[in-house]
Amino acid sequence: MANKVKDEILHDHNHDGIDRRGFLKCMAWAGTGALCVMQGGVLKSYSLSRLSDLGGSAAAAGELSFVQISDSHMGFNKPANPDVAGTLKVAVDKINGLSAPPEFLLHTGDISHLSKPEEFDTVDQILKATGKEVFFVPGEHDVLNDDGAQFRERYGKGAKGAGWYSFEKRGVHFIGLVNVMNLKAGGLGTLGPEQLEWLEDDVKHLKHSTPIVVFAHIPLWTVYPDWGWGTEDSAQALAYLKKFGSVTVLNGHIHQTMQKVEGNVTFHTAASTAFPQPEPGKAPSPGPMKVPAEQLRSVLGITDVNYVRGQHALAVVDSSLA
Amino acid sequence: MRRRVWIVALAAPVIAAALLLVGGGRDFAASAGQAQASNVDVKIDNFSFGPATLTVAAGTTVTWTNRDDIPHTVVSDDKVFKSKVLDTDEKFSFTFTKPGTFGYFCSIHPKMTGKVVVE
Repeated sequence: MANKVKDEILHDHNHDGIDRRGFLKCMAWAGTGALCVMQGGVLKSYSLSRLSDLGGSAAAAGELSFVQISDSHMGFNKPANPDVAGTLKVAVDKINGLSAPPEFLLHTGDISHLSKPEEFDTVDQILKATGKEVFFVPGEHDVLNDDGAQFRERYGKGAKGAGWYSFEKRGVHFIGLVNVMNLKAGGLGTLGPEQLEWLEDDVKHLKHSTPIVVFAHIPLWTVYPDWGWGTEDSAQALAYLKKFGSVTVLNGHIHQTMQKVEGNVTFHTAASTAFPQPEPGKAPSPGPMKVPAEQLRSVLGITDVNYVRGQHALAVVDSSLA
Repeated sequence: MRRRVWIVALAAPVIAAALLLVGGGRDFAASAGQAQASNVDVKIDNFSFGPATLTVAAGTTVTWTNRDDIPHTVVSDDKVFKSKVLDTDEKFSFTFTKPGTFGYFCSIHPKMTGKVVVE
């Protein structure tokens, strides 16, 4: 399959391969769409512009596909994006236009900007247009002032602890984790002993061949600790998942797409539907990145994930909203 | 106490700023806080508290103002004080009545830390 596509690249974070226009070069890695296929632990990316070359490939017609969206930040109204409801609606249009309709959506947190009820209401209303079930985990912006009580009331019914849970879809085991509670001064995201204990128990009886998808807001791999982009005790969580042949970790929080492969685990962060954030260390702080209005949608996006039984591979497609 | 007030009366802002910068002369810095009438501002900007370390006299009210596009909080390590979430330009004040060192952080972005030393 791969040899059909001329612009195949290995995802080496050097920004090469998807920079179709010079001025977009620095933006390309942040949001321009790419189809990512993991096979045998190697992640390959294909430019979205060549997606048609893949035709009816396994990746395009898997047995399970779902979409990850993240960081809607409903309520944000600063210059980096004065219309976050508008860009979320564009994301929904994009989802509704996918050739292989997803079975459900995952939202990896920061649904709201300030945990206000009307912010959650707006997101719920907009996402309703997909007609799909949505699974949520909270971001730090969703648990302000009330330790997440409102979040759990809205999205965490039946969940454990601060809102963690697991479910099965077509033989794939999904695990939603919460790493935005009880953050300690100077620290990173935290899962905590209670959740780790639950996780160990949750996967104990699963067959090693069961594909695992873990989703949580803050990256479960250390992207950039100076900006808090990592999770203190994620190593313990990943240790419980070592026995599985295929583990995919989906995160948000950093408002840009990134991928990394480590042994049997593929890490992936999704773009925001609201505003981009700078590349690690390339700005004085991780605050919202202002880009020219006509470029904004190219750095926002959704992630379409496709599972193909028998290949132990998840194809991860990032689409920009442009 | 009296000695400190006297020094501050001469050139309070300059001395306070200079001493805070070099990180020495805590006594003088403390007196500066005291003499500046008990109100001191901390700015939250670019995901950091400025100044990150502040030395004040007991009775001083410290006011934090969020100048970022992103909300922050001001939460003491020992739960002595805890702001609600501060959106852009929102403020939080706390009056330090007891001496001690009060470490604090943003509970949303815990890499953001600061300290108020009350003398």
